[in-house]
Amino acid sequence: MSNPRVVRRKWPDSNCGKPGTVGHVVVLLAHDAAGSSGPLRVPSDPPKTTGSLPGASASALTTKLYFFNAVLERALIPTFRILDGSGNVMEGAEILSDQMDRDLALRIYESMMILPAMDNILYNVQRQGKISFYMTSHGEEATIIGTAAALGPNDEVLGQYREMGIALWRGCPPEEFMAQCFSNEHDHGKGRQMPVHYGSRAYKFHTISSPLATQIPQAAGVAYALKRDPARRGKDCAVCFFGEGAASEGDFHAGLGMASVLGGPLIYVCRNNGFAISTPAVEQYHGDGIASRGPGYGIPTIRVDGNDILAVYNAAKRARELAVAESTTVLIEAMTYRVGHHSTSDDSFAYRARQEVEDWKKIDNPLHRMRKFLELKGWWSEEEEERLKASQKKRVLNAFTHSEKQLKPSLSNLFTDVYDQEPWNLAEQRAELRDLLKKYGDIWEPWRHELQKFRNNGRDV
Amino acid sequence: MNMYQAIRDAMSTALAEDDTAVVFGEDVAFGGVFRCTMGLSEEFGIDRVFNTPLTEQGIAGFGIGLAATGQTAIAEIQFADYIFPAFDQASRIVNEAAKMRYRSGGHFTAGSLTIRSPSMSVGHGGLYHSQSPEGFFLGAAGLKIVVPRSPIQAKGLLLASIRDSNPVIFFEPKILYRSANEHVPLSPYTLPLSSAEILQQGQDLTIVSWGTPLYTIETALSMIASPPPQFENFVPQDVRKAKIEVIDLRTILPWDRDTIVQSVKKTGRLLIVHEAGRIGGVGSEIASVVTEECFLQLEAPVRRVCGWDTPVALVYEKFFIPDAVRILDAIVSTLHY
Repeated sequence: MSNPRVVRRKWPDSNCGKPGTVGHVVVLLAHDAAGSSGPLRVPSDPPKTTGSLPGASASALTTKLYFFNAVLERALIPTFRILDGSGNVMEGAEILSDQMDRDLALRIYESMMILPAMDNILYNVQRQGKISFYMTSHGEEATIIGTAAALGPNDEVLGQYREMGIALWRGCPPEEFMAQCFSNEHDHGKGRQMPVHYGSRAYKFHTISSPLATQIPQAAGVAYALKRDPARRGKDCAVCFFGEGAASEGDFHAGLGMASVLGGPLIYVCRNNGFAISTPAVEQYHGDGIASRGPGYGIPTIRVDGNDILAVYNAAKRARELAVAESTTVLIEAMTYRVGHHSTSDDSFAYRARQEVEDWKKIDNPLHRMRKFLELKGWWSEEEEERLKASQKKRVLNAFTHSEKQLKPSLSNLFTDVYDQEPWNLAEQRAELRDLLKKYGDIWEPWRHELQKFRNNGRDV
Repeated sequence: MNMYQAIRDAMSTALAEDDTAVVFGEDVAFGGVFRCTMGLSEEFGIDRVFNTPLTEQGIAGFGIGLAATGQTAIAEIQFADYIFPAFDQASRIVNEAAKMRYRSGGHFTAGSLTIRSPSMSVGHGGLYHSQSPEGFFLGAAGLKIVVPRSPIQAKGLLLASIRDSNPVIFFEPKILYRSANEHVPLSPYTLPLSSAEILQQGQDLTIVSWGTPLYTIETALSMIASPPPQFENFVPQDVRKAKIEVIDLRTILPWDRDTIVQSVKKTGRLLIVHEAGRIGGVGSEIASVVTEECFLQLEAPVRRVCGWDTPVALVYEKFFIPDAVRILDAIVSTLHY
């Protein structure tokens, strides 16, 4: 689809002044394949009055019996793109004035590139049984790092599980992330959660939990808290990531409803990568993706090309300005493709063709597109590419070697942090385990073998 | 003060002493459907006492998010019957609030979240305005559950719940909102959580309960001490003089085992009364712990007088709730075992 032209048509008698708000109809004249921009299917006679019932009091009255069926009639919501597939800035592309300079661009590229470097190592060590589980970010590097780069350093991030790049961007060393994956004693989470469920107060990265979409209404609460905090009001915002599958959960509806009504600076970023495990997007929803739902909640919304780092960065940057300035919610739907398997417990070739994945990697690869952009600018070369790859591989391997050797946390952490203080039932159960370990710890092989990995060998229980 | 006024008073104190505290839920801004938030939004501002869209999973999630930043969140679920969307559809309270401190190694907690909700039967509430769901939350390690019995208790326990650094669900027996009246201190005070209260000392039988049934127990005990003529035959003379210890559990999770166990070691008999159904009810947990701890002292099986294992049916409520006559009957048979 070539550049669609968006026309905002205002009903003459509507009592609402701002474009894009209630009382306006947004009409898309698409230049489709046939080149026609034929007659609109929306009512053409502007009504004289608006209704008066409280549910939508600014709604214009019409005499036409007409069921509408899209946010933008006749065409889908357009996808914001800046870079073409060859890394060229597209003609007429809208770029913010503070467009990225060489330093920022290189930092973004390096951060994007460390994701596959980590993913490759950790995916393979999972295959060797050294960690129990892993989920890669393959194909979504631009969506994650492009957003990260646009955020403020103290913005509160609530993720789903494929957004570790945000913490890396903020300075989290690979060792810290690996500590979580290896459940070693340096893991902030004390080895309690599955790999990839990272969290850190220092990087304002809220601890990941497995239940999908639960972070969406939580983000509304975080945004409201930021709005009320005099020290952070007008400075920080909340950012909440989720996949297009999670958007089918009730919590998506609850969260966007709460956020839009109650306010607070918040950016929702949907990673629409086409699949929720094996379920393709066409079995996930029948409407125009996730973006079409934003306007239903009164939320300013944009769809971006998630494989275009400049588009993601610019959209996120503008979204943040809007969210913070107006203390409001903004929705970004980043269109991308999940190149990797869903997780190490999934073989995606059971439900999609291997060739399809290979094609995506070649035709629309966010890393290649960014690299071509850098090369066209004269900021990057083959030698620098090789040097970066080698140094990142070494860095990640060092982190892996280090993390693998660390002890597990103290076994007593099994019982702590359930409450702020240990209640009687847990004290008793800890004592029960302690007695059992004394009796059987040396002779029951599954325990004996395991205890050697823990700091203090379980003697602290 | 009646109970809704005492609850309002506790929230007013919390809002006054803590600038981060907010109160929210369905219809709380105009004062709440049970008047518990009357005047609070006028007093503290609409940004601190406000309505939310009608979404229980949203309310719980929003509160968890507020709490994760360290701010004090006091959420209301309009009826305990409607806490389930926040329980299972979204896995909110059990999977998120209760587990946040544990799963993050203490980096994030929902400790400053309190969820208030009216519970228990009200005479005509039918299936969805009568439930006592505390038993469903028993396995939610990380969560506290509190039920007050009176205005004084409600204020002290609610303030303690709000200040407690763990997520708390505070179930308010709705039939007591207007019916329970007593002199409540105007100054702020708290009552300890995880601490049961012995309401009446005795040596012959321990009765443990919480919320509304405590009043039914009082009725049953007076019927036993001086039976109405038609009950003469059912209350033997020796039972009439029995010294019965009555304990208000107050906190359901984590519950005060020591007080209950000490009492049963003394009396040798235990009766547990709650409105929720028997299977999976809180009584099952107490009965099994007491059996473990007091095996040698028990002189009769632990009895449970509960709602039946049916939904709370509208026109049958008098026959569903643990009424005074059912309690009386259980006391007599336990003492005569």
